[in-house]
Amino acid sequence: MDTDLSSQDRKDLDKFIKFFALKTVQVIVQARLGEKICTRSSSSPTGSDWFNLAIKDIPEVTHEAKKALAGQLPAVGRSMCVEISLKTSEGDSMELEIWCLEMNEKCDKEIKVSYTVYNRLSLLLKSLLAITRVTPAYRLSRKQGHEYVILYRIYFGEVQLSGLGEGFQTVRVGTVGTPVGTITLSCAYRINLAFMSTRQFERTPPIMGIIIDHFVDRPYPSSSPMHPCNYRAGEDNGAVYPSVEDSQEVCTTSFSTSPPSQCVFTVTKAHFQTPPPVVTDTLKVPVMGLAFSHQLSSSRLSYQPAALGVGSADMGYPVLFAGGLNAAHPHQLIGPGKEGGVPPVPSQPTHGTQADQERMCTPLDGVHYSAATPSSSEDTETVSNSSEGKCGSPHDLLETIFIRKVGAFVNKPINQVTMANLDIPFAMFAPKNVELEDNDPMVNPPESPETESPLQGSLHSEGSSGSSTGNTHDDFVMIDFKPAFSKDDILPMDLGTFYREFQNPPQLSSLSIDIGAQSMAEDLDSLPEKLAVHEKNVKEFDAFVETLQ
Amino acid sequence: MVGPGRSRCCAPSSAGRAMNCRAEVLEVSVEGRQVEEAMLAVLHTILLHRSTGKFHYKKEGTYSIGTVGTQDVDCDFIDFAYVRVSSEELDRALRKAVGEFKDALRGSGSDGMGQISLEFYQKKKSRWPFSDECIPWELWTIKVNVVNLANEQERQICREKVGEKLCEKIINIVEVMNRHEYLPKMPTQSEVDNVFDTSLKDVQPYLYKISYQITDSLGTSVTTTMRRLIKDTLAL
Repeated sequence: MDTDLSSQDRKDLDKFIKFFALKTVQVIVQARLGEKICTRSSSSPTGSDWFNLAIKDIPEVTHEAKKALAGQLPAVGRSMCVEISLKTSEGDSMELEIWCLEMNEKCDKEIKVSYTVYNRLSLLLKSLLAITRVTPAYRLSRKQGHEYVILYRIYFGEVQLSGLGEGFQTVRVGTVGTPVGTITLSCAYRINLAFMSTRQFERTPPIMGIIIDHFVDRPYPSSSPMHPCNYRAGEDNGAVYPSVEDSQEVCTTSFSTSPPSQCVFTVTKAHFQTPPPVVTDTLKVPVMGLAFSHQLSSSRLSYQPAALGVGSADMGYPVLFAGGLNAAHPHQLIGPGKEGGVPPVPSQPTHGTQADQERMCTPLDGVHYSAATPSSSEDTETVSNSSEGKCGSPHDLLETIFIRKVGAFVNKPINQVTMANLDIPFAMFAPKNVELEDNDPMVNPPESPETESPLQGSLHSEGSSGSSTGNTHDDFVMIDFKPAFSKDDILPMDLGTFYREFQNPPQLSSLSIDIGAQSMAEDLDSLPEKLAVHEKNVKEFDAFVETLQ
Repeated sequence: MVGPGRSRCCAPSSAGRAMNCRAEVLEVSVEGRQVEEAMLAVLHTILLHRSTGKFHYKKEGTYSIGTVGTQDVDCDFIDFAYVRVSSEELDRALRKAVGEFKDALRGSGSDGMGQISLEFYQKKKSRWPFSDECIPWELWTIKVNVVNLANEQERQICREKVGEKLCEKIINIVEVMNRHEYLPKMPTQSEVDNVFDTSLKDVQPYLYKISYQITDSLGTSVTTTMRRLIKDTLAL
């Protein structure tokens, strides 16, 4: 067969097939980026647009494709496959489609390589453009972002369709006969998306910060790493590949939040007596929670390894938090009504006040960092958060306070929501976005210091304080305050804060029955007088009306 | 071969009688406001496959081909998205044709049934006094049935259903395209206008024309032909 093909033709053909494969991958991945693609037509040929189609080349994708091909071309038994899958923020993933570029043995000797084959390959690419918008994964990929992302993986070799579930369907995009074989492009796609519709996409609130791990465990030994389709780094739902340092930094947000019931607040007011936190007005207040060691009884909380030794978050963090802002008055931090929240238990004598304040730690320091020095008070075993070292700096911690819930072990993106200005007096009342159980370190023990602890960062003010003290201030019984219709926006606490603040507004004076006020009868009596006054001024009124006309 | 409508300028052949003209028929049922988008989606998909970049002839009979860009279009009334060629002129021409078709469908004589045809043809020069012949080589007919829906819920279901139907149509179109059946030969410079529409600035589709028919309530077809402007044809 090869002898029939001139060497120039053979070389051309190989080149065409190679670039066709690369362009195929580009088209498929770009179609799953989640955005509309638009390229311009150009009447003058630039010489670099393969197959006369304007298809952008995303460098990363080209790189991956070349890596997968490793210098080979699709041949019989060696197909190039692009696998598109979906990964939710919780870490579940599902294969959606497999696009296969195959070669079979059926040759078409008569066909002219440089002309007919080229044009037909161009037509096939156009068909691919059309078909990629027609499979179910297109609509899913357009909606990706918060709850899930779309990943791609390129591999070369045998086609593996087992991950598509039962009853998957196949659509053939097209075929092109060449002197060395027939190229076939097809797509097998999953139709059983049942679990997606019911479970994943009805979840609220939206989950931020989905990060795709660069390397995902795949069942196949020779599997290549998955890549997110939205490749733009730095954007909110872009694929972010956190570096270790990043993750650590972000990681610092792990807050342990043991369920209130188990939490016993150990941090005492003593904290507030510590020297005013170096807290600056910025966020750099270490999130308290981290610091608190959970009271022994709840051994759960022992500590937050990764993080930051986060103690249970329920210890009146807000206090600290707010405290940071208002260093002067510890109690202020607590905010209205929160007083009760502050555990009357002076459990620890100063653990605190430590010493190790390199950070601008707040009162919490003591507890938290006490890790190093578990001052033992009888009832306090400050669990030492191994994180001493890792506390990172308080500011790191703080940053994470308002992070939304992400799945366990999920790396948080660098661009997390942070409260730029914690000048909110009742910041502690911020609605908690996390389910306590999920963040329970006992339930989801953090894996290593580097991984984010499953603990969510958020202000667990209400919950904690309420539970911890056991004093139930009516205001603070509720553990998880999510104001109705409160959307998850940048400052989640606004509505909650607002709501609490204005929960009990003073009565309008006009509505209150004041004994001293005029009675209705007196009102009526005074009417004629008022009318008389108005009549006197009737000319003025008329003049006014005239000006309006 | 005597082409149809010899005495007029390339009158369309409604039945594709010419040899080698393959005919494909697609049927869709849509709601009134979806007609335009559905038609555009189908026509654009066909034309995507039947357009190339602009030819630039060089000496020695060789030519280079320009680049065709593409863009995604989302439909407002249908849960559907399609790819079209990035050419505003082409888009305008199609929109004009589809707009007229839609208006005719809404017209009084119609009960909501009609069809729009996209025909690709080649011109064959004849000697005077005969005008050029138009020889169709591919004919696409899209039959449309307009339904009326009673409430919002039905409309929502219709959105999704029509979206799915259109997906099937696109797959059908692609299937036909990839059979690699007859296509006109690539022309020399002097012949290029007999095969391609060279009037557009940025792309070069094969010569095509769009026509439509509305079926009135009596079942008779009222033929309205809308000619697409072909710059170099003159009626005798």
